[in-house]
Amino acid sequence: MSDSIAQAIKTPFYQYHVDAGARMVEFAGYIMPIQYTGITAEHNAVRDNVGLFDLSHMGEFDVRGADALAFLQKTTTNNVAALQPGQIQYNCMTYPDGGIVDDLLVYCLGENAYLLVVNASNLQKDFDWLSGHLTGDVKLTNSSYGIGLLAIQGPNAVKVMRELTDYDLDAMAYYTHATAKVGGVEVLFSRTGYTGEDGFEIYIPNEQCPALWKAVSSAGANHGMELIGLGARDTLRLEMKMALYGNDIDQTTSPVEAGLSWIVDFDKEFIGKDVLVQQKADKPRRRLVCLEMEGRVVPRHGFEIYDGDAVVGQVTSGTFSPSLQIPVALGYVARAQARTGTALEVMVRNKKFPAVVVKPPFYKNASHK
Amino acid sequence: MNVPGDLKYTKEHEWVKVEGAVATIGITDWAQGELGDIVFVELPDVGAEVEQMGPFGTIEAVKAVSELFSPVSGTVTETNTALEDDPMVVNRDPYGDGWMIKIDLADASQLEQLLDASGYKTLTDEA
Repeated sequence: MSDSIAQAIKTPFYQYHVDAGARMVEFAGYIMPIQYTGITAEHNAVRDNVGLFDLSHMGEFDVRGADALAFLQKTTTNNVAALQPGQIQYNCMTYPDGGIVDDLLVYCLGENAYLLVVNASNLQKDFDWLSGHLTGDVKLTNSSYGIGLLAIQGPNAVKVMRELTDYDLDAMAYYTHATAKVGGVEVLFSRTGYTGEDGFEIYIPNEQCPALWKAVSSAGANHGMELIGLGARDTLRLEMKMALYGNDIDQTTSPVEAGLSWIVDFDKEFIGKDVLVQQKADKPRRRLVCLEMEGRVVPRHGFEIYDGDAVVGQVTSGTFSPSLQIPVALGYVARAQARTGTALEVMVRNKKFPAVVVKPPFYKNASHK
Repeated sequence: MNVPGDLKYTKEHEWVKVEGAVATIGITDWAQGELGDIVFVELPDVGAEVEQMGPFGTIEAVKAVSELFSPVSGTVTETNTALEDDPMVVNRDPYGDGWMIKIDLADASQLEQLLDASGYKTLTDEA
């Protein structure tokens, strides 16, 4: 066992993964299951039926106080004022130069009360960034270490949830949350996910995690639910063109370049606005596009994208798509090459392979898009 | 983990089985487990010359790519074309249907430089 794994944090569900035979890896300071039976089988289980993910590494911040809304309006790009209690919004934070601090979910818990869900790899950076911009009556709390997070994802996720709660799931829209008894435990849960499929994410106080794991596992067993590792989480999100921080977006890329203008409210004031407004007006010089390839080579992060002899961009994420059975990639290319249908090439081990720009997402039959 | 006693192994996790002058080569159970789901195996053409511990191909898994190294020198006489359509057979049966190439063994004495099953098992126990 390497030192990094030895020092990594165990989630409240660690022992269940080990007992299930998971391959454990260090990720963002946590020891996490990368796979149980295999990425392809786990991926297909989520696309076709239902799977269970431990996402306890994700970060949770609580933001409250009379100026909480004003604080989030200033530090994020999307219009938080549009959120009603019970609603959730995809959002991001940008630096003054328009680069992305992190992408996140904003849960509106009530008036001037919010839960932010951030990437594990950015947890400390985000907390420091937000702390540095606190003004007025705002209390920012990092509650990440006291919360376990389970995600139930797939077209049959609702069948598993129905066994766990009396809450009216039929009336629960995508990107909303509720607090109710799930598996006998009062929890905050939402109809959200990172797979493209219908699904739920459940935020559980650490001490209740064993009880909820047992309840969810038992309900899932009636529906053939499988355990899903981070490997399949990556292929599932990639097929939907959902950006991964550190791969597809980071401090050097802007939401406009990443195709995330839909989470930027250009009418409100926020950090980085001037640059983003300018980029939108000038059209960004590069864009994040979807590339489909043929055969069975696998494009990977950092591989160069060519138009003829000219390098026009780099792959940011790539995999062999389990659903489509073709190689797929995300990458930034110059604006001239970003048009759908553009024929490009990706260099794989000193050989160029054809790639064509396609409309997102790669996988078009997901139960939620 | 499965480490058959009748094979020889490299430190790079390939195995070789010698029957007469024919050496059959593949990757170990440990290697397929580390790689995870295999999506592509790029193999040399029949007739190609390979050198002991020289690269003979590439293996792509969903998460990672790895080079393949030949345990012995010789001429490639056959490649496993079934891997083109179903590369995951390497995951399911690494020592059987998941074989990769057969070569005409140039120098049987090269086998002495390889690990036996217990030596290979020790190597993976330490990994």
